[in-house]
Amino acid sequence: MVIGLEIHAQLATKTKIFSAASTAFGAEPNTQACAIDLGLPGVLPVLNREAVHMATKFGLAIDAEVAHKSVFARKNYFYPDLPKGYQISQFELPIVGIGEIEIDLENGVTKMIGVTRAHLEEDAGKSLHEDYHGMSGIDLNRAGTPLLEIVSEPDIRSAAEAIAYAKKIHSLVQYLEICDGNMQEGSFRMDVNISLRPRGQEEYGTRAEIKNLNSFRFMEKAIAYEFDRQMYILEDGGKVVQETRLYDVDKGETRSMRSKEEANDYRYFPDPDLLPCVLDNEYIESVRKELPELPNEKKHRFITHLGLSAYDAGVLTGSRELATYFEAVAEAAGGENKLAANWVMGEFSAALNKDGVSLADSPVSAEMLGGMIRRISDNTISGKIAKQVFEAMWSGEGDADVVIEKGGLKQITDSGAIEAMIDEVIAANPAQAEQFRAGKEQLLGFFVGQVMKASKGQANPSQVNKILRDKLK
Amino acid sequence: MSLEKTDIEKIAHLARLAIDEAAIPGYAEDLSGILSLVEEMNAVDTDGVEPLAHPHDADQRLRDDLVTEENQREHLQQNAPQVDAGLFLVPKVIE
Amino acid sequence: MKNRTLSELSQLLRDREVSSVELAEYYLERIGRVGPELNSFISVTGEQALSQAAEADRLIAAGQAGPLTGLPIAHKDIFCTQGVRTSCGSKMLDNFIAPYDATVVEKMQQSGVVMLGKTNMDEYAMGSSNENSHYGPVSNPWNRETVPGGSSGGSAAAVAARLVPAATGTDTGGSIRQPAALCGITGLKPTYGRVSRWGMIAFASSLDQGGPMTQSAEDAAMMLNAMAGFDPKDSTSMEREVPDYTATLNESLEGVRIGLPKEYFSEGLDSGIGKVVEEAIEEYRKMGAEIVEIELPNSGLAVPTYYVLAPAECSSNLSRYDGVRYGYRCEDPKNLEDLYKRSRGEGFGAEVKRRIMIGAYVLSAGYYDAYYLKAQRLRRLISEDFHNAFEKVDVIMGPVTPTTAFRQGEKSDNPVTMYLSDIYTIAVNLAGLPGMSIPAGFSDGMPVGLQLIGNHFDESRLLNLAHRYQQTTDWHRQMPEGVE
Repeated sequence: MVIGLEIHAQLATKTKIFSAASTAFGAEPNTQACAIDLGLPGVLPVLNREAVHMATKFGLAIDAEVAHKSVFARKNYFYPDLPKGYQISQFELPIVGIGEIEIDLENGVTKMIGVTRAHLEEDAGKSLHEDYHGMSGIDLNRAGTPLLEIVSEPDIRSAAEAIAYAKKIHSLVQYLEICDGNMQEGSFRMDVNISLRPRGQEEYGTRAEIKNLNSFRFMEKAIAYEFDRQMYILEDGGKVVQETRLYDVDKGETRSMRSKEEANDYRYFPDPDLLPCVLDNEYIESVRKELPELPNEKKHRFITHLGLSAYDAGVLTGSRELATYFEAVAEAAGGENKLAANWVMGEFSAALNKDGVSLADSPVSAEMLGGMIRRISDNTISGKIAKQVFEAMWSGEGDADVVIEKGGLKQITDSGAIEAMIDEVIAANPAQAEQFRAGKEQLLGFFVGQVMKASKGQANPSQVNKILRDKLK
Repeated sequence: MSLEKTDIEKIAHLARLAIDEAAIPGYAEDLSGILSLVEEMNAVDTDGVEPLAHPHDADQRLRDDLVTEENQREHLQQNAPQVDAGLFLVPKVIE
Repeated sequence: MKNRTLSELSQLLRDREVSSVELAEYYLERIGRVGPELNSFISVTGEQALSQAAEADRLIAAGQAGPLTGLPIAHKDIFCTQGVRTSCGSKMLDNFIAPYDATVVEKMQQSGVVMLGKTNMDEYAMGSSNENSHYGPVSNPWNRETVPGGSSGGSAAAVAARLVPAATGTDTGGSIRQPAALCGITGLKPTYGRVSRWGMIAFASSLDQGGPMTQSAEDAAMMLNAMAGFDPKDSTSMEREVPDYTATLNESLEGVRIGLPKEYFSEGLDSGIGKVVEEAIEEYRKMGAEIVEIELPNSGLAVPTYYVLAPAECSSNLSRYDGVRYGYRCEDPKNLEDLYKRSRGEGFGAEVKRRIMIGAYVLSAGYYDAYYLKAQRLRRLISEDFHNAFEKVDVIMGPVTPTTAFRQGEKSDNPVTMYLSDIYTIAVNLAGLPGMSIPAGFSDGMPVGLQLIGNHFDESRLLNLAHRYQQTTDWHRQMPEGVE
């Protein structure tokens, strides 16, 4: 299977790419469509500086060449959500050239995926199909919203790789703060090109394009469905038709978009209302300087400097927000990086998930979680008690020290007290003690359990172990 | 280049222009004439000449990302043939 | 009052010999009486004009008047005027009330002019005879049987008949200069990017440019002072200082080098026109100019090149007229495609449809390189010809048109014949240069224009040369008969 992705990331500018109307989501229909967005007679486009800035950041982040000269072209076709009868896009000279991005697969395997290009273009409006006197309604609020269309090389070979790639881009654009990544609102949309290539064959097969996927899960399902569909056609001796398909979420299948009788002839030509967008080295270098640490750099730093496994580092750098949180926890935990990673990816993430809370709204701050981990590492509490402490913190009972103090959860490390408890337990279980001494060593666990129970879990487990062994000799 | 009836139909469709059947031969003749005029361009060899899109060798100016357009829906929709609830209405869009 | 130029009227206003309201009333009366015969106006905005004039009188009384305050003008109906129908000569926009002003309109208004109405034009500025207007053809006041030229034919006829002392026009391939020549008035197409295109309904974006159509070069300078300037709303508008064009009108012509392209004086040029142009050149020689023969080797290819580029741009620019958000919508569309095809098929006239189709064709798959790219390469060669010429000369002169005004209907059956009437003007648009037409005499009783072509942003020099000529000749003071 050969897959290429086209991703449309809505750039997080305040205004449209060619007009000064707001891009805010969810406004009343056509209240954010100014004369330019409506394509009224005599209006003219002027390019948004920030859109260019954001595209440049993306280009630098994927090690691509940012074009010193890019040109806007018109893509001509008629559609009611396209007010001018053409979309302003970039065709021959895009702002971002060839780049590449590393994706993380299972078991720490990584793969480089090529990015052919990324170009700036304007979004279209929306056709609303609810019945308006038997007609469709056109809302042009979204018309003119800046998009960065990111086109991959056909380097992807499975649904898993496609998802890993899409997620990586999704995370990257949010790291760069050039796209809010909100898939429900359509800020990040994916088109997937799929073809099958029998083993040993050089050339690619005929591809079908599945348009407008806005969830990773749907993308996975759509690819799986499309793979089966094409496989079935080919095995049957048939031919795959080059066409655009839509994924029907309810039916879980792709279907052909009512294909037009003619192939589209977009009649691209340079937009005479706009001049070439020229960026000099000085500008490009100044943008490079403001780039944040990118996911891959962060990941490698987490591995080499913080001693995390590739897998953990990959998960924690999956979003800029999570990575930032983790780093704060690790710092507050006094360098217990591995433990911090386990807690952030384990209990903490599970709790967020369970309560449907976003990281920003977490009741447990990074300082609180780090402080608790410090209490584990200084033996104030055991890992097991820590879970109890975490739950209490989550329910708002204060930070770790308060919870430990209030609940009397401090670990018992006084060997006199532990010895006394052990003596009692041995005395109460003479038969098991006899068997242990006769060589049935697995009974040690039984005694540890009894002692921990007697201490309400607060006895230091390693001390219990050591003293038990001495006493049972 | 001489254009046939089918060429005219194809171009008219591409440009979304309804053309009367009876007018097609006239258009075919006129457009063919224009194309013959245009093809005089071939008299000059232009190999290696950089295409010129604009009279001036200037760069695109950039606009600051500031919202200055207010909602003017009613004002801008005053010329609309059919509007309901702020939406422009068109015959059903089928996807 | 009739044959007064803007500058003369301006003086009368300042001397309180006449009020702005009186001027507006005087010209509105003429428009109402003589206008219909010529069909030079699409809309007359009398009420609005009188209130603008009253406001101008107030400013004049308060001593806050500028040189243009209170002077009546008309705008070509291609410029958006807020609250006033802006039809672009098309059925498509017959019902279109512009929700904003074009920058040119706004700037003129700020200068204090009074708009009397909107002038007739070829539909979407496509035409050389003004026969392509939805509102009917315009007559040339010098001979009603002939055309006034186009596309700014309404403005040219109105100024020639003194229905208004000055008007705006636009020029994509000669649409200011050619009608100015055929109607015996002064017309200036500025350098591309000198005048904002915002709110000026687009025909071919890389060629369109607005400019003044007046009785004299001095008036053109006054108008251009108000019209020109950088506009942040137009990406193709140039950030360059605007000189005071009236300040250099009287500069000496001693030693000015005038180039005559030999290609402009070859076969095809009407001998009557050739004679007039040569006499005008002789006048310049007398004023101290040096005459140099030059070559513009690719000028013969300007028309073919233009008829690829302009239609290509227009086919795309006119896609927005789809019956959805404004403009003409057909009755009872059966479906979306029917809505598009019939609204556009019925809303556009034949010449507009021809150009849209040519444009769609030359951009379509398989033809782009052979037509569009080829034309862009030729555009560079044509442009370089001028560049080379301006190394040797300061200004280029020649005829504006190959013939004087032709008869109504004479060329309307054959688009190619019509296109060739712009043979001397089109190259200037391709190169983005300023060009001017000034009255230089008559041939068989019909006006003949002299064309002045300058280097980029050298409007001052054109106006200087034109003004000096008009100081020693009186062709620009001639008026047609029958427009009393």
